[in-house]
Amino acid sequence: METKRIVFVGVGGQGNLLASRLLGEACLSAGIPAVVSEIHGMAQRGGIVESAVVMGASSPIVSAGEADILIGFEPSETLRALNKCNKNTVVITNIHPLPPFTVAIGQGVYPDIDKGLDLIRDNVRSLIALDGDELAAKAGNPLSLNMVMLGALVGSKVIPLDEDTLKETISKTTKQAFLDSNLKAFDFGVAASKIG
Amino acid sequence: MHKLLIDSPDEEMLLLGNDAIARGAIEAGIAVATCYPGTPSSEIPDNFFAMFREGGFYFEYSTNEKVALEVAAGAAISGIRSMCTMKHVGMNVASDTLMTLAYLGVNAGMVIINADDPLMFSSQNEQDNRYYARLSGLPMMEPINAQEMKDMTVAAFDLSEQLKLPVVLRTTTRLNHMRGMVKLGQIRQIKSKGFFKKDPFHYVALPAVSRNLHKVLLEKYDQALEISENSEYNQIIGNGKWGIVTNGVSMNYVQDAVKDLEISDEVTILRLGFSYPMPENMIVKFLTNVEKVLVVEELEPVMENDIRSIAQAKEIVVPIKGKEKGLFSRLYEFDPGMVRRTIASYFGVPDTSPEAVDVSGIPDLPGRPPNLCAGCPHRAMYYAIKQVYGPDAVHPSDIGCYTLGILPPLKMADIVICMGASIGTSCGISKATDQKVVSFIGDSTFFHAGIPALINAVHNNHKFTLVILDNGTTAMTGNQPNPGVDTTPMGVDTTQISIESLVRGCGVEHVQVVNPLQVKKGIEAAQASKDFDGISVIISKEICPLYARAIKKAKKVRPFYVNQDKCKQHLDCINLLACPAMYIDDGKTMINEVLCIGCTVCAQVCPENAIVPLKIEN
Repeated sequence: METKRIVFVGVGGQGNLLASRLLGEACLSAGIPAVVSEIHGMAQRGGIVESAVVMGASSPIVSAGEADILIGFEPSETLRALNKCNKNTVVITNIHPLPPFTVAIGQGVYPDIDKGLDLIRDNVRSLIALDGDELAAKAGNPLSLNMVMLGALVGSKVIPLDEDTLKETISKTTKQAFLDSNLKAFDFGVAASKIG
Repeated sequence: MHKLLIDSPDEEMLLLGNDAIARGAIEAGIAVATCYPGTPSSEIPDNFFAMFREGGFYFEYSTNEKVALEVAAGAAISGIRSMCTMKHVGMNVASDTLMTLAYLGVNAGMVIINADDPLMFSSQNEQDNRYYARLSGLPMMEPINAQEMKDMTVAAFDLSEQLKLPVVLRTTTRLNHMRGMVKLGQIRQIKSKGFFKKDPFHYVALPAVSRNLHKVLLEKYDQALEISENSEYNQIIGNGKWGIVTNGVSMNYVQDAVKDLEISDEVTILRLGFSYPMPENMIVKFLTNVEKVLVVEELEPVMENDIRSIAQAKEIVVPIKGKEKGLFSRLYEFDPGMVRRTIASYFGVPDTSPEAVDVSGIPDLPGRPPNLCAGCPHRAMYYAIKQVYGPDAVHPSDIGCYTLGILPPLKMADIVICMGASIGTSCGISKATDQKVVSFIGDSTFFHAGIPALINAVHNNHKFTLVILDNGTTAMTGNQPNPGVDTTPMGVDTTQISIESLVRGCGVEHVQVVNPLQVKKGIEAAQASKDFDGISVIISKEICPLYARAIKKAKKVRPFYVNQDKCKQHLDCINLLACPAMYIDDGKTMINEVLCIGCTVCAQVCPENAIVPLKIEN
């Protein structure tokens, strides 16, 4: 099968690792050989989280310039991870900023998001930009941002997994209390990917 | 039932590498498991903690890795299977035990999980613990993926029992934290009761005894070598003239590179999974069939040097390269692209790597380092100490969440070496200079390594302030318990030990216990310490808010907000505390009410009393 290298970047607490794990589980249930890599420990400490899902190859991490898909849960982190992309990469990004505390204490300037999106668009195959936070809130749970982003990934049809497989995996693997908002958020993500 | 306990051979699951090791231990019928938490190994003992009651085996978080290894050794010598897990620097702590345990041997399988951390994702160094196998004489195995993490654990127990020696299973971060498909196996029944057979002239390491034991250890090496030569984990793949030697996670990078570069027919891969003793005959067979060799191993040229030595001994002349300029570095971790490019360049084939996007047009992005959480009590204590001692006091610090205090604006860490070093270095620095020394150590770290150092400080009449940051948990590694923690909320029976009693027991007379969230009290305590001539200990005692939430003991508080009418933009809150819940929007200082846990510290710091609790409209 064609190798697919998918990189997820985001901020600790955004549910990045759950998203990549769900994708990994979905691959397993669809019989697609996949490995997942993750960086631990940032859940509450606000650092950068990067994970990857690699289908059809053994290496769990993705080198610079080798991501087929980059999914950014936070726009400045998408920009920071741009070196993972090449001219054929598809980028899916949330546009809702989560400035790091270094900005608040005057140790950095948060980039202009629109300029950043233009830069991405000019350098990769395609860009899907959506306000994931808005959609997550609309779904009833701000913490379902990761479900929105997974929905956008599946909706963009760049991976060999369909909506039903992902939704089944979400139903089996995530907490029942959040199932309703998770699936709604996923659907909003799918819809947003068609527009973007 | 915990998912790792299910009796369902051949079922396939997506498992984290560390989960796979824990499952392997279950399949091997583990009776006793011990550890000290340490990234990237922590999920293994955390799984044991979640499973041990249901699984019918014994598990403990030990005080430190040396003790953990000794507990496991006592069990294995008494005839029941044990496992001890640790990160690479933890092996240093356990090494005194390891070295002589190798002489004593064991009577039931004992597996030591050693998790190295190339690139130091969360460690003080990236030492290569393959050297510990060579130093101790113990066999070492290295898995390459999640399936092997499980299978090798089972195999390691059998090997250990066969040789009557502990076996080290060595992993690296990328293996511990990858998820991959694992097919489960059968679960062996646990033998949970052993018997210590008296044999002092075997188990008491006196010189007369040890002289014989060393001889036995060398004989066991020969036995292990024979097994290594025939191990399924040492593999020669392919029959091309280009030789590639590899281990661990790098095997995946090599396999993918060979596929991407389409050189499978040109290459022979020697993969070493039972890597100590090195299988000499297999290596000779490999060397005689290739024209040049590239060794692809992260960190030190361990295999490279061993293979060169074997080649020399057998008079085989073939280029063997690995660590050198233009090839591989001893620094950090590898990645698939870099391995592919190096293989392509070494063997002279076109590189197929895609070109990365030109990122020179991206503006400088603001850093996003991990920070102390909103409401962390350590932030409050750091503020109090800084207010009293000013910016010039020297701050030896230690290993834990509180090390994040190094970041501006707090800047409360000046030297950190290893567990417990804060106290010892404080003795040295305060003796060598006229500067004020205020050191920081966490509760778990204090139990781990701080006590002998504190006794030294008192006994040798040193003069400095020690702040024990007691947040009631081992936070950085995932809220594991330590001897100071009441484990009743976790449903586990342990005996809680009072840090204050321990400190007084070490002979410290000037002891203050404060709640750091009461800033005035914190400042008073800091002042009293500064005025005291001798060893002064402040126990900064307030539960970690994250942990409190996890055990459902979080106090119901309201988040705070900045009353913009009263705020005069002094920015003390931002500049002196830099709580991540605070941010500046359009020139206004604001508090993110989702992140704010209502610790009230910023409200106490604000000179205008402009920070107040959010009123709940009800």
